[in-house]
Amino acid sequence: MPLLEVDSLTVEYRARRGIIRAVDNVSFSLDKGETLGLVGESGSGKSTLGHSLIRLLPYSGFIVGGYIKIGGKDILSYSEEEMLSIRGEKIGFVFQDPMTSLNPIKKIGAHLVELIRTHRTDVSKEEALKRAEAALSDVGISTERINDYPHQFSGGMRQRIMIALAIALNPDIVIADEPSTALDVIVQAKILDLLERLRDAHGMALILITHDISVVLERCEKIIVMYAGNFVECTDSETLHKDPKHPYTQGLLRTVPNIELADQKLEGIPGSPPDLLDLPSGCRFWPRCPHVMKVCRMKEPPMIELGDGHSVKCFLHGGVKR
Amino acid sequence: MSVIVDVEHLKKYFPVQKSFLEKLFTQTTSYVKAVDDVSFSIRKGEVFTLAGESGCGKTTTGMLLAMLLKPTEGRILFDGTEIAGLKSEVLRLLRRRIQIIFQDPYASLNPRMKVGEAVGHPLEIHGLAMGVDKTKMVLEMLEKVGLTPPERFVDLYPHQLSGGQRQRIAMARSIILRPEFIVADEPVSMLDVSLRTVLIDLMMDLRKELGLTYFFITHDLAVAKYISDRIAIMYLGRIVEMGDKEKVFSNPLHPYTKALLSAVPVPDPERNRKTIELKGGVPSAIHVPSGCRFHPRCPYAFAKCSAEEPKLIGIEKSHKVACHLSKGRGKGVK
Repeated sequence: MPLLEVDSLTVEYRARRGIIRAVDNVSFSLDKGETLGLVGESGSGKSTLGHSLIRLLPYSGFIVGGYIKIGGKDILSYSEEEMLSIRGEKIGFVFQDPMTSLNPIKKIGAHLVELIRTHRTDVSKEEALKRAEAALSDVGISTERINDYPHQFSGGMRQRIMIALAIALNPDIVIADEPSTALDVIVQAKILDLLERLRDAHGMALILITHDISVVLERCEKIIVMYAGNFVECTDSETLHKDPKHPYTQGLLRTVPNIELADQKLEGIPGSPPDLLDLPSGCRFWPRCPHVMKVCRMKEPPMIELGDGHSVKCFLHGGVKR
Repeated sequence: MSVIVDVEHLKKYFPVQKSFLEKLFTQTTSYVKAVDDVSFSIRKGEVFTLAGESGCGKTTTGMLLAMLLKPTEGRILFDGTEIAGLKSEVLRLLRRRIQIIFQDPYASLNPRMKVGEAVGHPLEIHGLAMGVDKTKMVLEMLEKVGLTPPERFVDLYPHQLSGGQRQRIAMARSIILRPEFIVADEPVSMLDVSLRTVLIDLMMDLRKELGLTYFFITHDLAVAKYISDRIAIMYLGRIVEMGDKEKVFSNPLHPYTKALLSAVPVPDPERNRKTIELKGGVPSAIHVPSGCRFHPRCPYAFAKCSAEEPKLIGIEKSHKVACHLSKGRGKGVK
């Protein structure tokens, strides 16, 4: 049984201008120790999907269809109290912005102790403090700094504290939502290395949400490419790199500069991502697609299995009678 | 190629704010040494990139070149004229020739100004065109930056546009005065990946068409490699390495450049990643380390590094580095 199973999940935001379907009918599963990369541009629904997995959507967001199973149990039927046994315990979450995700008037030790004692009511204060110290040294922060406030740490260090909070209860899955985007490249590499080390040490599965396809190609085994709320391609990183099937993935790979190549010829993808309130009919990518056919404008392509866990949402690879 | 901008020993120090009591009881003011003795020259028609991590002083350098800040010390020569300390009237004439594109297209456009007004505004300020002439030029510029048909865009407000379109507006606004030199401060870092290349290509096309010179500021070394002719790497207010793009990227000499390059993610799953680990974080620009400012984090530091600041010296043709290890050598450190 997979650790996490998501089936035909649909998430909507009720905005004043209408209903925005941010995540539309997506399915995937995650096994123990796996690293999954969720990549897409802003507005593709990758963060919404991440937040849905712990049911932490803003008030206007609703999960309107599908199920999320953790250890075989559908968490969508859980009450808020029952969700406590998921958040932090089963799934740890590293938020995007380490500058605003920590309480500025709380020492970092207190952040950790509160988290531990909320979930483990039988743990004494001393014991909780010990576990907090262990979590901090796990992420490479000296335990002497346990009584420091968030503002005394740099951006990279704060992100380490966020990671310590995410792993403190030994979850099976850690979701990291753009964990390194706000950071400089050297610190970014360090944070991603740290997440990989912790994944191996604790046997966790990791979901890495990012807009940077270079990062997922380098760090993830399995990759899902999102576009305008849909999964457009799912496969392993080698296949995605060598043989991408969806025109959007192909375009994305042609638009990313590779520092190790000399004289690269890059090509942008014309146009821009669609407004989710005003989606094109049929395939959502067709207005930007170089291979657009008649059928693309009329029908939404199905997810087509190509074998070996490679699937693509595009009529070029089947789903239409020739 | 002739030199268009010459920067000599440029410094910019910002005084640190003191509280009332500190003002009463302390005599000394400490300074943030944002730019600390930087010299380089930019040739006409090239893309000169200044790269570094946040807080290294690259944006401050850009602001100094765009005359938005006054240098503490040093000289900036634009086409032979010193621009620091010019009188406002002369300065205004010069501003026509030097323009800037800012990082954040959501903040750099006035939300209450229609696209047409925003793009045409520089013409009014400089008294170059009014009425029909202005409209004609605005439409022409919008078309140049790929907003077609331009008539559709003139009456829109910035909030009706996407990030990529806004950055194109910023671009149109900066080229309408026919400048020669453009400071581009991370112009694509706020944009989605699929739009970046399109915008960079647009910038490069405009360079050819209008004969522009770019001073490009970025933290993204992969982008820097793609567009620059020459590049300078900045660390804590100083340039540590500078040279032709090919030389700096294929044969980085400064340990900081090496670490920086090793940390850049590469879109290739089969590559064996070897990140050079650096100790600690970037020190504060108020208390700059003695000697070489990189020595506390440098894996190769030796006694001389903490005592004496290395000068930026030429190692080979068009490749300079500020490191004691490279001194007197033709080859880089192993």
